[in-house]
Amino acid sequence: MPLKLSFGRLLIAGLLAGLIAGLLAGTFAYVAGEPRIDAAIAIEEQNTLAHGEAGGSEELVGRDTQKNVGLILATSLYGIAMGGFLATAYTLLRRRLRTGSDTRAAIGLAAAALTGIVLVPFFKYPPNPPAVGDPATINQRTLSYLAVLVLGLVAIWAGVLAARTQTHEWRRATAGLTGFLIVVTIAYALLPTTNEVPGTFPAALLWKFRIASLGTQTILWTVLGLAFAGLLNRLATSSARQTPATAEPATT
Amino acid sequence: MPKTHTARPLAIPAISTRLLLTAAGVAILLLALAYLVAFDQGALSRSGMYMHELMHDGRHLLGVPCH
Ligand SMILES: [Zn+2]
Repeated sequence: MPLKLSFGRLLIAGLLAGLIAGLLAGTFAYVAGEPRIDAAIAIEEQNTLAHGEAGGSEELVGRDTQKNVGLILATSLYGIAMGGFLATAYTLLRRRLRTGSDTRAAIGLAAAALTGIVLVPFFKYPPNPPAVGDPATINQRTLSYLAVLVLGLVAIWAGVLAARTQTHEWRRATAGLTGFLIVVTIAYALLPTTNEVPGTFPAALLWKFRIASLGTQTILWTVLGLAFAGLLNRLATSSARQTPATAEPATT
Repeated sequence: MPKTHTARPLAIPAISTRLLLTAAGVAILLLALAYLVAFDQGALSRSGMYMHELMHDGRHLLGVPCH
């Protein structure tokens, strides 16, 4: 019998993978995203001055700290949380994932999460840099964001259920994609549309910021899936070495 | 072409009430951690707006609506 893993060991692997993913995503965000945020904040400050509002309000945290320590802390903690969710989902769903490969199971779950809670929200509510959002609508936007995130996961689930109604490989793929797209279309149609980008905001800057944000989240989930799969493989190898007599099935 | 090496699947703990309760507890802690980064404004961090301001850029780049 192969080594039986406890939930605790799987969870530690997930949290560790999440930390690695968060650090790498944070590094990318620092390089690709921070120049865009700086540029957006400069525009925001100009707008504030032009409106004659009290500019230069006392900052609780300096820009320099926000840009390095704050950013990396945010992506690391977020990565750790997502790693924990991935490990928990893996533990509860592994038996239902119809593959003999742990690597495929782990990467498949991370890819599903990337699609459901990054890509589906991205095209409905593309992320915005400072100076774009209307502070008065933040509660509405937060609720809509959480709703599209949940519906993205529902769409993945619908896709898997639809795919499993078919046996032929091509039909499985088509049914899965159709089920997924139906839920996404309904979700996009039902959720409120927000368009708060001021006409004066530079389009190129908005585009670059959004690509940086998408890149950050894609790196986070890609590295998370790969690192979690790698740690599972390590656990498998070390368990096979520790218990050679029982780890190999008696075939002779 | 080199042969793909696939490790034999690891055995996962059996689904039991105890495991489900543990997983639910862990999920609540993880949600709190994600909330701390994405939405908290001092209610959870007990640091006023300090943590909120500190992680501001991360929120924007992680796609969370911020301001
Ligand atoms: Zn903000």
